[in-house]
Amino acid sequence: MAAGHRRVDIEEVSDVTVAKFIDKKILDEGNIQIIGTQLFGLVDEDGRKKIILDFSNVEYLSSAALGKLITLDKKVKKAKGKLKLCSIRPDIYEVFAITRLNQLFDITETQEAALEGF
Amino acid sequence: MSSDEYFEVKIPSDTAEGQAVQARIVEALEVREYPVRDVFAVRLALEEALVNAIKHGNGMSLDKDVDIKYWISDERVRIEIQDQGEGFDRTHVPDPTLIENLERPCGRGIMLMGAFMNLIEYNEQGNKVTLEKIKGVAPEQPEEELQGDEEEE
Repeated sequence: MAAGHRRVDIEEVSDVTVAKFIDKKILDEGNIQIIGTQLFGLVDEDGRKKIILDFSNVEYLSSAALGKLITLDKKVKKAKGKLKLCSIRPDIYEVFAITRLNQLFDITETQEAALEGF
Repeated sequence: MSSDEYFEVKIPSDTAEGQAVQARIVEALEVREYPVRDVFAVRLALEEALVNAIKHGNGMSLDKDVDIKYWISDERVRIEIQDQGEGFDRTHVPDPTLIENLERPCGRGIMLMGAFMNLIEYNEQGNKVTLEKIKGVAPEQPEEELQGDEEEE
């Protein structure tokens, strides 16, 4: 794959950054590290404050990945920005619901709905 | 009907090796036509259990192994994962769903295993976990979860 180490596709929609996961499975420790580094860079290095994470492609996700999302959320909040999650399929949404992280994150059904909310 | 399958393997504390075993078990479930939801549940629970054994149990030490045993029939799959760590006391793991812990980036693996599997059991030392999934049978949700659902309605 030409994407190399990139595991997230980044797109700018006006002043909002849409980060779409490339992988179907966000399980492997190595991948999760790479994803974490790429996502944290959006806030720490690029100073982006409005971020949408698009889960359309994601079929599996582990608690280690949830950990990275929580850390990202903290970074965005600290920078006085806003993070939204969208297009999460029901199985994955259940993982958020069981862990009550659906209460921590702002989750919308579609990317359009997430964009409208900013 | 396929005949029952039993398999055991010892792997080093390397998550890539864990992934290979995971793939093998998932494939066996698919061959036996376990529902997609069961496959999702077992894959997730296996990932959590293997990462716990490799990272937290064995501390990623390549001198330490993880023992994996599994039984698969047309009705259920049972998996035992044992590490060479000191073990832990499950009652000391903070509840990650409490408001004060919601932003902590760890502590959710055991909870997810419990929610997706029909059985999760630790040995006394806390270095061996047994997981069981019955084909097509959703795990019982703890009462607390049901209350949570009612609140959301």
